[in-house]
Amino acid sequence: MPVTTSPRTLFDKIWDDHVVERLEDGTCILYIDRHLVHEVTSPQAFEGLRMSGRRVRRPDATVAVADHNVPTSDRSKPIEEPQSRLQIETLEKNVAEFGVPYFPLRSTSQGIVHVVGPEQGISLPGMTIVCGDSHTSTHGALGSLAFGIGTSEVEHVLATQTILQKPAKNMRVSVEGKVGPGVTAKDIMLAIIGRIGTAGGTGHVIEFAGSAIRDLDMAGRMTLCNMSIEAGARAGLVAPDETTFAYVKGRPFAPKGEAFEQACDYWRSLASDDGAYFDTEVTLAAEEIIPSVTWGTSPQDVLPIDGSVPSPSDEPDPARAAQIQRALDYMGLEAGQKIAGTPVDVVFIGSCTNSRLEDLRAAADVVRGRHVAEGVRAMIVPGSGLVKHAAEAEGLDKVFLDAGFEWREAGCSMCLGMNPDRLTPGQRCASTSNRNFEGRQGPDGRTHLCSPAMAAAAAVTGRLCDVRELVKETV
Amino acid sequence: MDKFTELTAIAAPMPTENIDTDQIIPARFLKTIQRTGLGRNAFAAQRYDADGNEKPDFVLNQEPYRHAEILITYDNLGCGSSREHAPWALLDFGIRCVIAPSFADIFFNNCFKNGILPIRLPREICDELMDDARQGANSRLTVDLERQVIVRPNGETIAFDVDPFRRHMLLEGLDDIGQTMAHDAEITSFEHRPSRAWVPSITIGTVK
Repeated sequence: MPVTTSPRTLFDKIWDDHVVERLEDGTCILYIDRHLVHEVTSPQAFEGLRMSGRRVRRPDATVAVADHNVPTSDRSKPIEEPQSRLQIETLEKNVAEFGVPYFPLRSTSQGIVHVVGPEQGISLPGMTIVCGDSHTSTHGALGSLAFGIGTSEVEHVLATQTILQKPAKNMRVSVEGKVGPGVTAKDIMLAIIGRIGTAGGTGHVIEFAGSAIRDLDMAGRMTLCNMSIEAGARAGLVAPDETTFAYVKGRPFAPKGEAFEQACDYWRSLASDDGAYFDTEVTLAAEEIIPSVTWGTSPQDVLPIDGSVPSPSDEPDPARAAQIQRALDYMGLEAGQKIAGTPVDVVFIGSCTNSRLEDLRAAADVVRGRHVAEGVRAMIVPGSGLVKHAAEAEGLDKVFLDAGFEWREAGCSMCLGMNPDRLTPGQRCASTSNRNFEGRQGPDGRTHLCSPAMAAAAAVTGRLCDVRELVKETV
Repeated sequence: MDKFTELTAIAAPMPTENIDTDQIIPARFLKTIQRTGLGRNAFAAQRYDADGNEKPDFVLNQEPYRHAEILITYDNLGCGSSREHAPWALLDFGIRCVIAPSFADIFFNNCFKNGILPIRLPREICDELMDDARQGANSRLTVDLERQVIVRPNGETIAFDVDPFRRHMLLEGLDDIGQTMAHDAEITSFEHRPSRAWVPSITIGTVK
């Protein structure tokens, strides 16, 4: 381990502790503690191993689960779409052949890979974690260095348990103060992306800091880190603290007893040192953040719910003005219109961003005693079988079903519509997912990103609206 | 992986920022278990109408750009999903070089792994190269990785930076797994460090 006396960031410390070797040009062979695998980005990697006669170096540091293609309806039937079925069967064949631990589709442990990892204690503080999926940044909420990789790198990690990388730059985003009622981690993150843009974090790892971040529970921190990639960052991090340790303790694959205490001592040492250098610093005041939604086709197109859609005529750069016009046309919105009051057709509460028990509770708090507006399809897709069971034990399924929501099985679902859960052309959706790109939730579908509470409010009113007005009524 | 040494080709101008990997290859085409065959659906939403007919106003549906091997865009090319299907789709379409003022990190990396050269150049220069590209079929750009220059149709050269390790891998057409495996002893020794004793193993028997 390199001995360094100068103050280091959380990222620097995790990085230093995983460098196997530094090559001549500064590229590092970085050791990977956990490799999470799903069905979409792994078939070509396993095929590559097979072609070159290589094995998986550390099956005991690798875990696979199918999530992108899985139907969220009745699991007792075979998967209807032949290509989806083939991809899942291919994963099952590969994990059997290479001896990789796997959560089968009908296990209650199955779920979205970024929900399952932390929930099982597979993802732990201080680790390096990769997955062929950009939202791997989610696991950074535990204080681990977690990032998405491509399929060639999946093959590289399977074969060598390392990747080749140069260190990232350090960015610190501090959110100070206390957020108001109805303002969630999702609103904080949308505000951050709105501020720095989708390329604001390029080349950086973002450490989220400040009192508003410390106050977040682990689900909130996961939402925040999840969307680091939407800010262009390689990864997001929150320093592990007592909230983290309380979350990790007792999880199936977490260290137990004395080993847990020893691990906690190590994890405590990882926090950024006073005076550590950050290449970029951004500060937001928590009080200024209000419930937010996106209006356009990039996650940086963020508006506070009381805001108005921008006009191309206000944009001096012609290329950008054209892009605003294109987004308005795609989204079926008029320049300058108020975003609140826009009618929705579909509400999707789920995805690796917002499908944890805490998210479902926040949505249920808004829904209780109300009903889904006429003509709106509203669906809840829990992040894992375990989340679904826990929610049912609290009676949340009943709250949603009584209100007219669909209560579905775990998976990625309508976040990207690789399974049958898709928007039809022109449909407008309030979605707790992470990307509002053109066609993301189905060809010509229109996505407004928001928090679970805001999505629930849209479901019961039939329009994008300020959840604080509904919550006020309840009080 | 095919070597990348020198390429003289038609370039397609796409003066757009934040072209995400969902645009390059929509999710519904990710169900393949192969690397090839994605080119037909590259930019599917912009390229085809609901009936599958080509939209004539999209640059890659126009002559000579349907034969483009170079793509020039504005900032943050390849943002969003880490799907390597995006460079696979570009490669399968015929693209070997992408030029933009900036790239999303994962996409940038994925390009190199597939023999596609991503080049960062200031926006003003991208604009000039797009002007060249708009001159049509006889207006080809030459990308010379050995010399690290782009030669414009008027003979002017533009130098570009590339990471020396990645340049070497592209010029030789090497895949890096074999190279890393040569460091097996160091990796094994790392795995046995006492400071790593807390890291639990995941055993098959305990996964239900």
